Amino acid sequence: MSDSPPAGDPAQAGDPAAGDVAAAGSDPAAAVADAHRREWAFVLAATARVAGDIDLAEECVQDAYVAALDAWSRAGVPRNPAAWLTTAARRRAIDAHRRDRTLRSKLPLLIEPGSEFAAAPPPGAGEETAEDDVIPDDRLRLVFTCCHPALAREAQVALTLRLVCGLTTVEIAQAFLVSEPTMAARVTRAKKKISAARIAYRVPETAELPDRLDAVLTVVHLLYSTGHTAPGGENLVRRDLVERAIGLARMLRTLMPDEREVRGLLALLLLTDARRTARAAADGRLLLLAEQDRSQWDRGAIGEGTALVTGALRGGRPGRFALQAAIAALHAEAPSYGDTDWPQILQLYDRLIQVWTSPVVALNRAVALAMADGPGAGLAEIEDLERGGHLAGYRYLPAAKADLLRQLGRHAEAAQAYREAFELTGNETERSFLARRLNEVTGVRSAGRPARPH
Amino acid sequence: MAQYAILIYADESNFADMAPEVWQQLTEAHGRFAQQVGEKGGKILGGEALQPTGTATSIRNDVVTDGPFAETKEALGGFYLIEARDLDHALDIAKLCPAPGGCVEVRPVMDVSGG
Repeated sequence: MSDSPPAGDPAQAGDPAAGDVAAAGSDPAAAVADAHRREWAFVLAATARVAGDIDLAEECVQDAYVAALDAWSRAGVPRNPAAWLTTAARRRAIDAHRRDRTLRSKLPLLIEPGSEFAAAPPPGAGEETAEDDVIPDDRLRLVFTCCHPALAREAQVALTLRLVCGLTTVEIAQAFLVSEPTMAARVTRAKKKISAARIAYRVPETAELPDRLDAVLTVVHLLYSTGHTAPGGENLVRRDLVERAIGLARMLRTLMPDEREVRGLLALLLLTDARRTARAAADGRLLLLAEQDRSQWDRGAIGEGTALVTGALRGGRPGRFALQAAIAALHAEAPSYGDTDWPQILQLYDRLIQVWTSPVVALNRAVALAMADGPGAGLAEIEDLERGGHLAGYRYLPAAKADLLRQLGRHAEAAQAYREAFELTGNETERSFLARRLNEVTGVRSAGRPARPH
Repeated sequence: MAQYAILIYADESNFADMAPEVWQQLTEAHGRFAQQVGEKGGKILGGEALQPTGTATSIRNDVVTDGPFAETKEALGGFYLIEARDLDHALDIAKLCPAPGGCVEVRPVMDVSGG
């Protein structure tokens, strides 16, 4: 999803020239798998409108993929797999309604604005020629419905993975380290709320779009950071989450080309992900930005991310994703940690904190301040934050404080702060990093466990 | 259109010794709300203010006890039954519902007509 250009862009569904099965070749199983990865959201979103019910739509789309394996084996892979699958799934939905008209009236329906909702199937939807009809791209409706603010954040995340990315409940449960029944219950409850409370299947109006879009972007960012810094779980699963998140950001960029925050989010993800191979040493040890081998950074991703940042910053007050991406871009361009444009990063943090009041941002700003104006200035800010109490229990506060105290040569205080951070950290990689630093300031050179307070 | 209940929760102690002019303001706020619902394209089907939970009687398994079903700081103090197009419309309306210092909860009404 992340490496490929949006060649199978389903917005082009129905356009013979856009038919593209090159990636999958003529192997039907590979073509079906490829279509599942690329086109699930498009097919489901278009089917949901006809089915009027998410569960029925999911069922019909599943069936369509199963049927595709058989049909494509016999008759070859169609030139436009998304259109084929959508037509097949919609036909199943229409059949289901025809079979059971009386039941249908009792089915919880997806609510569409106005009378647009198809009580009768759209003209031609059930006909053989339907493959050539232009199928509306409803993916945005699907995304905004999954990320509706009336749903809990964890439900938004689960629904997005399930309905937009087509992941199974088992896969989602594994990614978030919860049991399958727990995740199944979460998904079921969320779907039930969508129908019972009549959450509309639509893209929000202009007035509410900024807030609603922010929720969508937050979900995608959360997916990314879960994959990027998960406290546990298998690497492969986490990599998959990162790729899904970048894929979703790319999809949003295609569907909402004028939204600067969408650009900002995609840029932020690309610029952060560009450093992935440099984040850990060969022995798995966590490497700080200052320690990373910058020649390992993915220059292609940095180039793409930086170009997006430029667009995201232009034309009015930039949002929080654009500003975070701009900071990431400055890091990406810097030849070394010391030779980074810290004054400009500090300025960007000043603007970021205006649009996004968050103690975590304030902490990051303090670190940038320390780099720009010296460790003493940064330390004063961090101590202010500590007194404010909003970051109590947040392990990166004592860790950052310890680092500045160490730079100032105040080793006893630094040791105390490292111990504090160590106690708050569950991640083994981070714990061994803190243990090493603690040993440095206490004069112990062996890489064993740190001296613990008694 | 669908029906939603707007349940108004508030700290009852705020109402216990409420000055008459504050009460008057609250009443006027509800009057304005009733007007705004129409302007928003919704409809009020009903609604009442409830006496405080000190007057409540609960029955569980035929056992009658004095008091509300749960002792909470914020208690159900009143409700509206409205008609709205969908949840977004209902929330849009509910945001206008006066609940000083409290909170409103929006609940879809179950359709038991069987049609």
